[in-house]
Amino acid sequence: MFSPPFNALLLRRKSIQINTNDIVNCFLFLFILFHSSGSFAEIIHSEPSLYRTILVEEKNDLRCIRFNVNAKNINQTCVYQSQPDKLVFSYTKLLFSALLLNRKPSDILIVGLGGGTMSNTLHQLLPESNITNVEIDPAMIKVAREHFALIENSKVKTFSQDGRLFIKRALLKKQTYDWIILDAFNGDYIPEHLLTQDFLLEAKALLKSNGILSANTFLGSQLYDYESATYHSVFGEFFNIKSTSNENRIILVSNQTLKPIKPNMLLQANFKQLTVLLRPYGIELEDILNIMSLTTGSHDWPENTRILTDQYSPANLLKEQ
Amino acid sequence: MIMPSDNTLVYALSFSSGFSIMGIELLGGRILAPYFGSSIHIWGSIITVFMLSLSIGYLIGGKLSTLSSSLKYLAYIFLLAGTFVLPIVLFSDPIMQTIFIHVEDTRYGSLLAASCLFLIPTLILGMISPYAVRLLVNDTNESGKVAGSLYFVSTLGSALGTIITSFYLVLYFEVNQIILSFSIILLSLGTFALLFYGLRQVPHLKKAKHV
Repeated sequence: MFSPPFNALLLRRKSIQINTNDIVNCFLFLFILFHSSGSFAEIIHSEPSLYRTILVEEKNDLRCIRFNVNAKNINQTCVYQSQPDKLVFSYTKLLFSALLLNRKPSDILIVGLGGGTMSNTLHQLLPESNITNVEIDPAMIKVAREHFALIENSKVKTFSQDGRLFIKRALLKKQTYDWIILDAFNGDYIPEHLLTQDFLLEAKALLKSNGILSANTFLGSQLYDYESATYHSVFGEFFNIKSTSNENRIILVSNQTLKPIKPNMLLQANFKQLTVLLRPYGIELEDILNIMSLTTGSHDWPENTRILTDQYSPANLLKEQ
Repeated sequence: MIMPSDNTLVYALSFSSGFSIMGIELLGGRILAPYFGSSIHIWGSIITVFMLSLSIGYLIGGKLSTLSSSLKYLAYIFLLAGTFVLPIVLFSDPIMQTIFIHVEDTRYGSLLAASCLFLIPTLILGMISPYAVRLLVNDTNESGKVAGSLYFVSTLGSALGTIITSFYLVLYFEVNQIILSFSIILLSLGTFALLFYGLRQVPHLKKAKHV
């Protein structure tokens, strides 16, 4: 039998004991929870670069490229390690909309390599096509080769150069392409010289007579209007393909006048075959077709929008507004 | 009309030259990008050329101040600077096109282009600070203080030239419009200094006292 004051002390100590146990249990629970779900991304490689540090990280089944440890920065390239062919990001899938305009492009230029997902997928799909990758950052090419199994052979070449310069030099050499893919924008910074009317005119001059150009770009800022007006000034009406997540949009333009795509087009034999070919990569042509809209008669930017030129291209400032 | 004092005018001229130098340097990246890209070495080329031009400009400006020191010559330097900024607007495309075709390595191409476009105007603008120090110093005991004040005003001009150009001017104006405005400002200030101060009969400068 304890005296009342001692009883009170024991009770208080007991309550302290219970609280300490609770805290320990809570930490244990959280530790098991996080570890079992694998929420911690592990950085497996850090590549120094002239522009930014490139991080390769793994989280569950995903291996991704990130530009810095800031949580706001989105992943640039991701692959499923168990299914490397399956594409992770919707914008990469949406770029394949171009195949609805040209089923078999033979000369493809990709500006902005990232981890090389687009290049690898296209090479698997179109093994006879010549693919040229242009990437400004040599460190990015190294990461793509070492951690993302970038395929390079007689059909797939990769060059470390600024996209604008590559296109200018290609014009001097009179090279031409069936499909140019502009994927040089990351979430942080836009190379402003790749958004101007002058640049698009150069890229257009590099396209074959029925050539097409796809650009992966942004949604949700003032830049949308300026970019739309600039593309329209060079190519006329274009296809707008906005991702359902409302972050990216693909601009699809052609050297020829574009016409609306009829939904029954996918019933044609060659597109039926393409649909089957694309499915293992997680690309559903029908879904893409549903969100493709031609700008004819439905310009969603003001008609008097200023056009971006080499003289006037405050793209990074406009993206913040 | 209330006219600013000689010293105020010299400070105002130094502020404007600092403003113009950094405004032009910042736009240099934009001017070179279509031909030489936006790689880090483009900025390396631009900054090298500006630093080199300024260093030579300081040397020449300092030497010039020992030969003659009057607001008239400072006004001439401004008129010269305003004139040599104009080729950036008028000839940058043909100059860069020629270099782009003949020099394949973008490092040396951009260095050469930056030299052709920016070396002479920046060198002339660099002459202003040491020459202005000579105009302001009346007493050698005060020379450090005067130089400090002048560098303060001129570097403040550079800071404002950088932020105003990159935050606002590029949002509303074309590159050539901004460069042309810098040229007009330099020419106008040079003309103003020459007409209202430089051509006066009375020499306004005293020989610096040695203690």
